[in-house]
Parts: sequence; structure tokens; C-alpha cells
Amino acid sequence: MDKYKNVSPEQAAFLRKQRNDRLQIRTIQWMLFAVFLISWELASDLGCINSFIFCSPSIIGSCFIQMIRDGMLFQHIGITLLETIISFCIVILASILIAIALWWNPKLSKIVEPYMVILNSLPKSALAPILIVWLGANYKTIIVCAISVAIFGSILNIYTGFITVEPDKLKLIRTLGGNRMDCLRLVVIPASRENILSIMKVNIGLCLVGVIIGEFLAARAGLGYLIIYGSQVFKMDWVLLGIILLCIIAMILYLILQKIEKKFRLHT
Amino acid sequence: MQPMLELYNVGYTYHTTAGETNALDNISFLVHPGEFISIVGPSGCGKSTLLNIIAGLLPASVGELLIQGTPRKDYRESIGYMLQKDHLLEWRTIYRNITLGLEIQKKLTPEARISIDEMLKNYGLYDFRNSYPRQLSGGMRQRAALIRTLALSPKLLLLDEPFSALDYQTRLNVADDIGSILKARKITTILVTHDLSEAISMADRVIVLSSRPGTIKAEYPIELSIENRTPRSSRNAPEFREYFNSIWKEVDHGQI
Repeated sequence: MDKYKNVSPEQAAFLRKQRNDRLQIRTIQWMLFAVFLISWELASDLGCINSFIFCSPSIIGSCFIQMIRDGMLFQHIGITLLETIISFCIVILASILIAIALWWNPKLSKIVEPYMVILNSLPKSALAPILIVWLGANYKTIIVCAISVAIFGSILNIYTGFITVEPDKLKLIRTLGGNRMDCLRLVVIPASRENILSIMKVNIGLCLVGVIIGEFLAARAGLGYLIIYGSQVFKMDWVLLGIILLCIIAMILYLILQKIEKKFRLHT
Repeated sequence: MQPMLELYNVGYTYHTTAGETNALDNISFLVHPGEFISIVGPSGCGKSTLLNIIAGLLPASVGELLIQGTPRKDYRESIGYMLQKDHLLEWRTIYRNITLGLEIQKKLTPEARISIDEMLKNYGLYDFRNSYPRQLSGGMRQRAALIRTLALSPKLLLLDEPFSALDYQTRLNVADDIGSILKARKITTILVTHDLSEAISMADRVIVLSSRPGTIKAEYPIELSIENRTPRSSRNAPEFREYFNSIWKEVDHGQI
């Protein structure tokens, strides 16, 4: 209670209530998770569900430990992560550059607009089988697949951010003697910084989706491969472990980008 | 004396798919160094278009425009331009907003920095030089925008309703501030506004434009019988009402 020494009793009561509420929410969140795990485990031990098909937390746990021991898990995680990060970097760089080109040349943007819209609304998983034929069943297909999932939306969103910059701000740069390059460098890009950061958060998730689609069809390793192969040979512990690890990876990547975003927000 | 600005039969026509619009027609006037001109007129009369042409952002369709005797397209020195909003860039500090024009023109010399520091001190923003625009009041932001413009030492300054985004009280204060600063620095200024009191209180001469196509309808040299004229004290001059009424009639007539 020492912590609340320097504030009025009302403020202390308010802070205490805030802290209690936070604690309560966290507790219930963890309890829900624990209840879910325990009932799953019990249901499978007592034979309410078929443990061969539905698995159980303890089976997944021992599978996890065993795969860590033989090093297989790190290989699967590493490959999926690497493919995701490579495709993510390509998507971000390429979509910023393409959006700049479209902003620079309004006629070009009008010409490609319908193609962009069509490609963006196309379900990209439909492309994966063609990519295998064209590029072979290898990492190239997986990376291109991931890029194709994220890039069109990313270009459209960044470009939209660019053209919604206040026209008067661009006029200001021109009245100060600046050219188009100055407009881009001093107004358009800095004004789009937050927009680009939030697009990055969406894209990391989309790239992961694309990588898994690619791995389903064209991989010899990776979490997507682990899931699809596990389901074919009825190793449900592999499948579920793969899914759980994907959840964790997606969350960690998102949190990293959120940290970066916060850091940039502080400076503005 | 060489006029600061000369316009001869300037006109502007723009084209849209709906057709051709004649926005300005046959505009001719002279502005002498140090003079403060206000341009008023009904909305849509092409006041802002005229400023854009003088600023070199738009080419005139016809006519001739000279600044210090040089044709507009060959004039290389900077012309100050202030817009309705201050348009300070939120991601830059006040200081770095002020140096924006100098950065673009690669003129950010130690001397320029000294003169900026001086202006910051004179106009009460020195303690805020490392703040971000959102931390400043509307009046302070507008003053920062003025310093950004003055940092380029323009000989000619164009103001496009620079006070219209401020509330009434602030507006009077900022107009007074800026009016005195410009007078003291003897900067030739053209103010476009729809506020007649503002136009009369600040100007040496008021030019009234007609509605589209904008042509010069009347010119009023403003002579007020008061000592130490400032925008605020001008409003109390005995002649102020008369000027207001006759200019108001001119503008109002055009709107019908």
C-alpha cells in the first residue's frame, strides 16, 4: 500500500480498483485457458473423445519435447520463419517502391488500377498450383506464394495513403521552392509513416498465411509441411503442435512490429 | 521607382470535361515596394487563382506579369506564400518546420540560423523551438508559419486568407502581430480575404474583384487619419465605416 502514499485517498482507491480489474481480467484469461487444457486432457484420458484423432495436451507436450531433442522442430520453425521474413521484407520494399512509382506518375496509376484491384481480390491460394508448375516444388514457390498473398493489398493501401496527403501541404513545399522529389521526401513519406507501419502489421500475418499455403503444396520442411504431412500419416500430435507453434509465431511477429510501431509513434 | 509587381491584362482560363471556364479576365495593377494590398471579392471570383499565378504555381493564360521588372517565369528569388492553415508538419519540431524552406533551397547557413533565432525571440517562440506543432496554440502556430516564410527573406509576400482558420479573438491579435511585423520589415504584401474589415484594417489599398470571371471592379486607397496605424487601431479610425460601407456595396452588388 506504500505505493499510494503520495496520492489522495480517492486517487489511491481509483488506482487500486484499476489494478484489481486488470488482475481479474488476466486471471480469468489464464483460467479459461487452463480449463480448456484440463478438460481436453481429461476427455481424452477418460475416452470421451478419441485420443488418436483429437490428441491431448500431454501427447502434444511429449511430442514437443521429443522433437526438440532430435532438433527437427528448430528446423521446421526456422524454415517457416525464414521464408516469412524474406517474403515480408520483399513485400514491404517492393510495395513502397511501386507505390512511389504510382504516386509519381498519375497516368501509370490510372493504367494499372483495374489490374491491381482484380489481382487484389483474387484468392491467391488459387495461384499456388500454377506456381509449382512454373517454379518447381521448392522454396522459390513458397516465397512467391507468400508475396502474392500480401503485395497487391499492400501496394493499394500504401498508395492510397500517399494520395490522401493534404494537397495544401504539397502546395506549401512548392511555394518554398521544392520540386516533386522534395514533396515525396519531406511530406508524402513522413506523413505515411504510421500508415506504412500498420500495413506492415497486417502484412506479416498475410506473409505467414502465404508461406503455409506454399508449404502445404511444395515443401519438404517447415511448419506447413509438418501439418500437412502429419495429417496424411495420421500423426495428429504433429498437426496440432504445428498449429500451436504457428499461433505463437504469428503472435510474436505481431508483437515485435507493434513495439517498432510504438517506438516510431513516440517520435511524432 | 521600380514597381514590385506589375500585371498587364492577366487572364486565366481552365478546362474541365464540363467545359471551359474563364476565371480571371483583364487584370492589370501595379504594386509598389513596401505596399500592402488587399484583394476582396465574392467567393469564386478567382482571388486565390490570382495569388497562385503571382506565386508561379499556375501560368497565366494571357497577359504579362513582372516582378521587379523581370517576367514571372524568369524570376528566381523566393516569394513568400501563406495559406489558410499553417500547415506545420506535425512530425517536425517548430525549429525544423521553420528551416524547411531553407533546407529545400540549401540555404541553411549559420547566418540564416542567427536570423531565425532572432525572429523566434522577437515573436515569442524561442522557448517553443523544440516543441511539436500540436503543443502550440493557433496563434503561435500561425506565427511559426510566418517565420518559416520570412526565413527565406522574400521581398514579396502573398497571404491567402491566412487568419480564417483562427477564432475571432485570436484572429484580431494575429492580424495585428503579423501586420506590424510586415510593416516593420517593409515587405510588399498581397492579402486575399473575404473579411472586409480585415482587408481595410491591414491595407494601403483595397482591390475589389467582380464575380466570375474576376475583373477589377474598383480600387480604394485607404487613408486613415490616425497616428501609428496598426490593424487594430485602424478599426477605430473615423473613416473606417465609410470605407467598409462603400466596399461592401461593391462586393455585395457583384454577388446578385
